Amino acid sequence: METNTDDCILSVDHISLAFGGVKALTDICFNIREKEVFAIIGPNGAGKTSMLNVINGFYHPQEGEITYKGVHRKQMKSHDAAVQGIARTFQNVALFKGMSTLDNIMTGRNIRMKRNLLWQAVYLGPARKEELENREVVEDIIDFLEIQAIRRTPVGRLPYGLQKRVELGRALAMEPDLLLLDEPMAGMNIEEKQDMCRFVLDVNDQYGTTIALIEHDMGVVMDISDKVVVLDYGKKLAEGTPDEVRGNQAVIDAYLGVAH
Amino acid sequence: MQAFLIDPFVMMYDAPLFFVEVLVSGLMSGVMYALVALGFVLIYKASGVFNFAQGAMVLFAALTFVGLWELGVNPWLSLILSALVMIGVAFSVERVVLRPLVNQDPIIFFMATIGITYFLDGFGQTIWGSEVRPLDIGIPNEPFMDFADWSGLYINKFDVFAAVVCSILVALLAGFFTKTKIGRALRAVADDHQAALSVGIPLKTIWTIVWSVAGIAGLAAGILWGSKLGVQFTLSLIAFKALPVLILGGFTSIPGAIIGGLIIGAGEKIAEVYWGEVMGGAIEDWFAYVVALIFLLFRPQGLFGEKIIERV
Amino acid sequence: MIYREAGQFKTSYKSDQALLPIAQDRFFIISLLAAAYILVPMVANDYWLNSIFLQFFIFSLAAIGLNILTGYAGQLSLGTGGFMACGAFSAYKLATSFPDMHIIVVLFLAGLITALVGMLFGIPSLRIKGFYLAVSTLAAQFFLLWLFNRVPWFTNYSSSGVISPPPIKLIGDYYITGTQATNLTQYFFTLTLVVVMALGARNIIRGHTGRSWMAMRDMDIAAEIIGISPLKAKLSAFAVSSFYCGIAGALWAFLYTGTVEPLAFEINQSFKILFMIIIGGLGSILGSFLGAAFIVVLPIFLNSAPALLGLEISGALVTHIEFMVFGVLIVFFLIVEPHGLARLWGIAKEKLRLWPFPH
Repeated sequence: METNTDDCILSVDHISLAFGGVKALTDICFNIREKEVFAIIGPNGAGKTSMLNVINGFYHPQEGEITYKGVHRKQMKSHDAAVQGIARTFQNVALFKGMSTLDNIMTGRNIRMKRNLLWQAVYLGPARKEELENREVVEDIIDFLEIQAIRRTPVGRLPYGLQKRVELGRALAMEPDLLLLDEPMAGMNIEEKQDMCRFVLDVNDQYGTTIALIEHDMGVVMDISDKVVVLDYGKKLAEGTPDEVRGNQAVIDAYLGVAH
Repeated sequence: MQAFLIDPFVMMYDAPLFFVEVLVSGLMSGVMYALVALGFVLIYKASGVFNFAQGAMVLFAALTFVGLWELGVNPWLSLILSALVMIGVAFSVERVVLRPLVNQDPIIFFMATIGITYFLDGFGQTIWGSEVRPLDIGIPNEPFMDFADWSGLYINKFDVFAAVVCSILVALLAGFFTKTKIGRALRAVADDHQAALSVGIPLKTIWTIVWSVAGIAGLAAGILWGSKLGVQFTLSLIAFKALPVLILGGFTSIPGAIIGGLIIGAGEKIAEVYWGEVMGGAIEDWFAYVVALIFLLFRPQGLFGEKIIERV
Repeated sequence: MIYREAGQFKTSYKSDQALLPIAQDRFFIISLLAAAYILVPMVANDYWLNSIFLQFFIFSLAAIGLNILTGYAGQLSLGTGGFMACGAFSAYKLATSFPDMHIIVVLFLAGLITALVGMLFGIPSLRIKGFYLAVSTLAAQFFLLWLFNRVPWFTNYSSSGVISPPPIKLIGDYYITGTQATNLTQYFFTLTLVVVMALGARNIIRGHTGRSWMAMRDMDIAAEIIGISPLKAKLSAFAVSSFYCGIAGALWAFLYTGTVEPLAFEINQSFKILFMIIIGGLGSILGSFLGAAFIVVLPIFLNSAPALLGLEISGALVTHIEFMVFGVLIVFFLIVEPHGLARLWGIAKEKLRLWPFPH
């Protein structure tokens, strides 16, 4: 464990997770500091997505503890994690297919909308005020992500790259403190990747959001992250700055393969 | 409260033989529920379609059988003809309903089968009329007297006959599904229509086969239930008895359907005999559902279903 | 050329969020309402007012209720009839226990009671999904009907089994139920109620609760991860849906048939309403109306068609043929347009916007 935990937003402490007999994660420890861009890398099946699922309470680890904003927690529902400021995107886009871009991003505001059913049924007055205030926040995000033109389009009809962007928008609408991105650039071409990198860095800069991301493109990871943790077969292989990790022999072996 | 909590058990203790009779007759109808439930399972397992029309198929098959017989056709010939009619139904369903809907959501298929239910109910009664027809297949509805004299237990001959026939059919169907090559292909189709097509499984044939088999299972159930209750519209409602069996056993499990059928059949009978009066009667309308529902709250995947790990 | 929004610019989010942002749509709805309030009462006879319009309004309400649950929140329900019965019997108990209670209060409270019952039967939806849930909603259907059939308290210990709601005054000397109620009073009352409740439903659906329902429907896991509580989303859908169905059931018993009996709400009624939302369009308020209209008009058409063709067909046969036609239509609609009449309407509007150009 590192000594400096003062500015830690999230610390993962000896987490182990298993499905039946299959161990997905074994004894994982790391800290994510506030306002940092933190990358989780590793070969396929290394347990990266499971790690994110544990962080936002979708999976419940059998052992270990997670400390978020100084509060220890063991079992947590994923919507509680959302309320406490953890947002995420998914490896396979998980948008609400029957809804428009605008509505999808608006769902991200749901945790901040409180008017009860009766007010909503009447609509005029407080419910409309709340709706409009949140619409403005969402419109700012739409501007930021440059997706004004597809505001009313059902997301099912959008190309993959744009869907990823809408999904990022939905996560941003939650105004999270910790943003988890699961392969935000998978399947994108160079230009789309550059755009996405720019958005990620801008989010980090402008809103001071802490970002934890999973990415396979090493160039991207090395460029944008402050710190990298490497997983392999559910175990932590290495941790450090991009440069440190790049020089680590165990990491090189895991990626290039060695005769065991 | 006493009438509810204590008296029934006192009754069971005081008259153990009667309790065994109730239990046995419950189990016997349980086997018949299982047969109807199995028709559902077969189609669900093989195509992922929740076939609401199973009950209507039971009615339609029974109506056809009785109708032909009444027209003077030899009963064995009517049996074969009715089976052929059910295969014809399977062909038409595949051609007219299922094929145009490939790759739609399961809920769309489900609603389409409600459409089929309405059609078959209407069609059957348009052709054969809607009056109650008695059906006598020559098995007397009376207890084995020798056995009763010897043991004091009254076991109905017809119930035993029905249970034996159902058991044989259930065993055949289970074998068909797990042991044959077609059975394997069927399971592949259930997982993913498109993927099954892409590895060369002929979807059309598979669908026609399962619907035919389910139709013939429906014919058997229809004849057995029909000789018990008379062939009439209410046969179609047998489906509602089979549904709780399905939730209890799991939609995809053959052993589940059998065990679920037995539990529901026995439970329902016991509840009706011992608690029905206290609660106002006719509780078998909903008893099975409530049992299944309470059970589901503790085990959402059913008796034999596997726990699904959700991924994102 | 006629239906085009070009030139209608919005300068605020407020106007962009309006219910009907396009002027032509506003015009259309206003003329429809004008026709319903002025034209229909002028020309329609009692048969039309009572048998067709009243039935249509009540079915529309029930269809909106089911559409909220199934079309918007994605929870397939086969228990609509049970919830309608619950509304009818709650209203009956309320109206007979508190004779001075105003009809609107009776309906509202009956709706609330049904909403609670609906939430109770919605609890399994937190653990189970899809067809398992559909089957478990049948538990509501069978159990509730059995309850009202067998427990004499609900029928005020009536021995005949046929019970009627007491005559209730709407305002002044105008009765809304009982023999003194005129068809016209009932027409206006139900029409107004349906308009208000449809508007309320539309508003809830475009607000955050509606979005949480649709999110739950489209991808429940993602919805939970972005902070939508499944408990709140699902139970609120059950509650609102049952509220609508409950009021529809109460209206059915009090205004339409004038008797309160469980038989009117049996399983076929549940299916009928399910058909309405399939034919009309899942996830569409407009579709609920279109579907209800279709299902109300179809049997009337089928009943009179043989006579028009000069054929003599017995009543029983007509019923069977009606079943067949229903079945065929359901399948037909699912194959041709799984999104129902509402989608056809949408496509027609799209075509009109582009007309006379093909694209």
